[in-house]
Amino acid sequence: MKLEVNGAPIYFEIPILGGIPITGSLVVTWGVMIVLTILCAWLTHDLKVRDISKRQAAAEKIYELLYGLVHDNMGEGWMHYLPLVTALFGLSISCSLSSLLGFWSPTADVNTTLAWALVVFALITYHKIKGHGIGGYLKGYTEPIFLMTPFNILGEVFTPVSMAFRHFGNIVSGYVISMLIYAALITANHLLFGLLPGAVGEILAEIPILGVGIPALFSLYFDWFGSFIQAFIFCMLTMIFIATAED
Amino acid sequence: MERAIVLMGCAIGAGLALIAGIGPGIGEGYAAGKALESIARQPEMKGELTSTMMLGIALSETTGIYGFVTGLLLMFVCPNMFLGML
Repeated sequence: MKLEVNGAPIYFEIPILGGIPITGSLVVTWGVMIVLTILCAWLTHDLKVRDISKRQAAAEKIYELLYGLVHDNMGEGWMHYLPLVTALFGLSISCSLSSLLGFWSPTADVNTTLAWALVVFALITYHKIKGHGIGGYLKGYTEPIFLMTPFNILGEVFTPVSMAFRHFGNIVSGYVISMLIYAALITANHLLFGLLPGAVGEILAEIPILGVGIPALFSLYFDWFGSFIQAFIFCMLTMIFIATAED
Repeated sequence: MERAIVLMGCAIGAGLALIAGIGPGIGEGYAAGKALESIARQPEMKGELTSTMMLGIALSETTGIYGFVTGLLLMFVCPNMFLGML
């Protein structure tokens, strides 16, 4: 049995600047953005003070959960970061879970997660400069002694790299392992039902009976659990890094 | 012959890179055990302890993920790159 692990599929190329490829990640991310926008508009239209509908109750519950998360981890003065954290959380979860519907998962592409991590890194640097002034920011690299400068620069560069690779690696490892499990089950199916004599065995061996329910169990862990945990971790790190950048 | 050596080196390297999984395995098990001890001592703290443990576990998983990404690179990217250099 042949196994192939590929990167994002390329649909077509825009023929400017040496060809900009339109990949599956880009298409699915835009799709997810449209779906999320419609979902937000639907959840929040026509809000009431009394006699609230189930839809409004769900919207309020989601808002309270995310408000509590940001409030507990960043504090009262940082609530203007709620939209950023919420957007990252929603985008991360929806992108990871889009593989359940058979689409290419954009978070299994390092470009997506690195882009998010660079946004967070720009904000961290902005708050460091805001908190210490540009001189203090540059001086921070030479502490405790100037010999440590290369290591400090390395540590700074590795903040976004580790955030991006953590998310990417977790999702892509789930993808690779699910594919391996599926291939193994198909092979086991061939061997097991091939033991039956005559035409019955040959026909049963071609039907992937073992491949029906078992991959779903693993997908429960790798897709559902992994996606939620990685989105949560990414947002936690975003909040902690930004809130501690100024002191 | 050179092709074979390059491919062999990449395959062995990918296998060695995945040894990085040992560290996070031990560390995560230790963290989960400690969290279990704390929950046994203070069951009312269960929710907070679980989420903090998850955060720590996912953070310590990063080193294993680095090994995995290196393994992927060695399997899918490096053979073509090195064979192109020959």
